[in-house]
Amino acid sequence: MASEEPLFDPSLKKRKKKAVAFTEDPLGADADPTAPAPETIESTTTNGDVVDLGPTTAHEQMKLNGEDVAGGEPPVDDDFKAMFGDLKKKKKKKEIPMDLDLGTDSGTSAPAPAPAAAATEDLDFSDIKKKKKKSTKTKYDLEAFEKELNDSKAKTAEEEEEDVDAAANPNLDHVDEAELGENPFAQADAPVGVDAGNEAWLKSDRDYTYPEASSLKLLTRFYASLHAANPSLLSASSQKRYTIAPPSIHREGNKKSIFANISDICKRMHRQPEHVIQFLFAEMGTTGSVDGAGRLVIKGRFQQKQVENVLRRYIVEYVTCKTCKSPDTLLTKENRIFFMSCESCGSRRSVNPIKSGFQAQVGKRSKNKTG
Amino acid sequence: MSVQNLTAFDPFADEGDLGNNQDVGSQQNYIHIRIQQRNGRKTLTTLQGLPTEYDAKKLLKAFKKEFACNGTLVEDEEMGQVIQLQGDQRLKISNFLTENGIDKKTIKLHGF
Repeated sequence: MASEEPLFDPSLKKRKKKAVAFTEDPLGADADPTAPAPETIESTTTNGDVVDLGPTTAHEQMKLNGEDVAGGEPPVDDDFKAMFGDLKKKKKKKEIPMDLDLGTDSGTSAPAPAPAAAATEDLDFSDIKKKKKKSTKTKYDLEAFEKELNDSKAKTAEEEEEDVDAAANPNLDHVDEAELGENPFAQADAPVGVDAGNEAWLKSDRDYTYPEASSLKLLTRFYASLHAANPSLLSASSQKRYTIAPPSIHREGNKKSIFANISDICKRMHRQPEHVIQFLFAEMGTTGSVDGAGRLVIKGRFQQKQVENVLRRYIVEYVTCKTCKSPDTLLTKENRIFFMSCESCGSRRSVNPIKSGFQAQVGKRSKNKTG
Repeated sequence: MSVQNLTAFDPFADEGDLGNNQDVGSQQNYIHIRIQQRNGRKTLTTLQGLPTEYDAKKLLKAFKKEFACNGTLVEDEEMGQVIQLQGDQRLKISNFLTENGIDKKTIKLHGF
């Protein structure tokens, strides 16, 4: 977050009059090309590729972005250009920025003081041109307002992007899995894979936009603080990632296990507890009951991992949609047959009835005879 | 004149009595392998739904020899012949069956 503060400076400078810009720019010659670059480039990528930011001011924004790209292009390498042909085309549309590209590119590629001076001139020149354009378009106040709007929008876009990114971020995902224990389900992996592709793409982007080696540190720090502040982003941003709290299993006495949070899990899966319990008992080949506090008492010793496995199978069989893998499904009973209808894709299918199968005689026969 | 292609299959023909069809209940002819807990660390493995072309008695003998465990053949009213083995032999059974030419898709492994 700290890196975003200096972003406002260049815009402020641009707002000032030509003479001031001339005097000021030599001071910020190095800062000018580097600082605004990440913001502007990201905003354009988001604009160009996926995210529609502001539909109302789209044209103005595009123009502004184009100019920003022209001004803040220096840190972009040739590889970057090669990767994003679209961007280049965009630049080509505007004749003036092309000249600037050359000048500014030379300025940053060689950060030595001597060429920097030349670069400053170029930069100043660009500033002038921008101002000319803008002044012809709008008044200064309006322009400033738009600029800030654009900045804020770009920032939000950046954040959104990073949210998506965070969902795919392997480190964080790992932490997530480790914490929850449950649920990197097989079907949940597919969307993550898509995200991962996205992430690789974004990462390459970042590498170019943050030239410093410390960028990684900053990014990780940003993610850490972001997700510490609002952990809901972790689950909300990855659309299909389906997480459930791990079952909490305690031992009651010697021969019984207690499944404490079954009601929570059932609520999370949108399933009747009876159905889940029936499945659990059938799969584990045992019996049990529900106690006063809504906990499930299972006969026999079971570990959390074992119950988790069974639950996982339940989810695969009775919760996730077989066609679209979405967990938003409804289970309804019609004529003694359960039907599962998907909320997201609308498919409807019958599911297997729960059958406990053969139960072998366990324990004393005399106890069993009572029924 | 009869065209073979056109008369091959009538999708709207009467299927006959649905009750006779075994796949109606979507309970296909799976081989179910289950586990049951006994006292202590002991468990029991049951194998149910063996296709009729296999001799359960001989299979049991092979299991017992292969897995070094005891077992028995239980005659159940609903499920037919069920092989019961001592201990957790689920994975071993499924491996044994797949190695001997039973499709893995027809085997259903239950339990934890």
